[in-house]
Amino acid sequence: MSFTTFIQHCLTGISLGGAYALIAVGYTMVYGILRLINFAHGDIFMMAGYFMIFAMVSLPWAVAIPVVIIATVILGVAIERVAYKPLRTAPRMSIMISAIGVSYLLQNLATYLFTALPKAYPTIPLLKKIFQIGDISASLVTFITPVLTIALVIGLVMMINHTKIGMAMRAVSKDFETSQLMGIKINTVISMTFIIGSALAAVGSILYFTDRMSVTPFSGTLPGLKCFVAAVLGGIGSIPGAVVGGFIIGICETALVALGYSTFSDAFTFVLLIIMLLFKPTGLFGEKIIDKV
Amino acid sequence: MLKIKDLRVSYGGIEAVKGISLTVPEGSIVTLIGANGAGKSTTLRSICGLEKPQSGEISYFGENIAGQPTDVIVSKGITLVPEGRRVFPDLTVYENLKIGAYLRKDAEIAKDVDWVYDLFPRLKERSWQMAGTLSGGEQQMLAVGRALMSRPKLMMMDEPSLGLAPLIVQGIFDIIKEIHKQGVTILLIEQNANLALRAADYGYVLETGNITMEGTGSELLNDERVKAAYLGKKKK
Repeated sequence: MSFTTFIQHCLTGISLGGAYALIAVGYTMVYGILRLINFAHGDIFMMAGYFMIFAMVSLPWAVAIPVVIIATVILGVAIERVAYKPLRTAPRMSIMISAIGVSYLLQNLATYLFTALPKAYPTIPLLKKIFQIGDISASLVTFITPVLTIALVIGLVMMINHTKIGMAMRAVSKDFETSQLMGIKINTVISMTFIIGSALAAVGSILYFTDRMSVTPFSGTLPGLKCFVAAVLGGIGSIPGAVVGGFIIGICETALVALGYSTFSDAFTFVLLIIMLLFKPTGLFGEKIIDKV
Repeated sequence: MLKIKDLRVSYGGIEAVKGISLTVPEGSIVTLIGANGAGKSTTLRSICGLEKPQSGEISYFGENIAGQPTDVIVSKGITLVPEGRRVFPDLTVYENLKIGAYLRKDAEIAKDVDWVYDLFPRLKERSWQMAGTLSGGEQQMLAVGRALMSRPKLMMMDEPSLGLAPLIVQGIFDIIKEIHKQGVTILLIEQNANLALRAADYGYVLETGNITMEGTGSELLNDERVKAAYLGKKKK
């Protein structure tokens, strides 16, 4: 493999990793607050893909992007209100089953509304612009994805550590009841979590599908699972963990494809999950969970 | 200030509070004593909206607050120092105090942080430490300080002496009296009946969800039945 090809693959891997990281943050945040694996998150990401297709029919891309983000946020918050909030006091297993139900509901709804045939993802001319540095050429999206990911995550971490709502999120993630005693509205904080998670999924979706060029109702399943693995790998509940996990999975997957083992690239992700769970179940950055007696 | 009438609360399928009535006059220290499972915590939890009462009235300055959401009740000036302290372990001491003032929008929050640091100089030394690294006594100070940050009119305390060394317990009670002097009404529940009744103006004895006795602190301290059951002194 020539040096140029190597760099080219590295860029692709980092870019894919960035998109994964954005989705993985959504999993890890919801888990941090609700101790729930939001299985519908991958499908929210898929729906964001369809929203973009429809938005771009009549809107210029600069308007379509915020519209898509807002629509995805509304979808995410609505799912929380309808499918998770009524189960707040139910056993954790019930709410998880509800999440799986929402996931299938979204997939089938998309199949019903948009058919299972792949729909072409619109091109955003700016993102598709090819850059040439020496022998290496890549579209702008490849460069933008990791930069944007890191910038968004730094912004998010700053928000969590330095703002009032961020402080409330940290408090709620530790202790619902005492947070309520402080006067924190739990539901507002939970909605905020879904707003952020869905907005990041929408951005991730735009970056991811711009490279893939088509959306099907099942486009969210595998990336969703992989990002979940990324979140577990990094230590679920930890935002930096989810980002590192996302990049690891994106880069490993691309490396395997580059080496000619593309058949195994998906399987590898899950092998990684099994190995991680066997040797360090709390993930790279995960906190040790001490059950209170 | 606070009047409870015929309060009934079920907790985990059993009726923990079976129709109690009590009064907390403004400016007083009132205590509820009783054994484990007598319904003391459930009473406090329903006053601040963490449990929904089945029936009865909780009137606060004449307004029935029974069943209102916790954040609304807290905004009216009621606060609870929960059992077991429950400070936020991953937040610094300073952030724990700030979050106590979560509902406040006035400009005097910084001043009140200083006020709490004056009451508890130990907390000031540990301002930037994670609350989880504090000792039990320091965590209790922080829990009290955090509750004060909401500028409560009524502060309820659930077993502030639990699991603390006697010397530290004495310190906590001195602070409770100091806070009371500064104009905060206090509703205190305790298993350490002796200490609680000495501090209180008025006391209620709760047994399996019912109030069985009431009286001023000294009346109850000298009552033979209270002595036998809660103060560990034999009847003569």
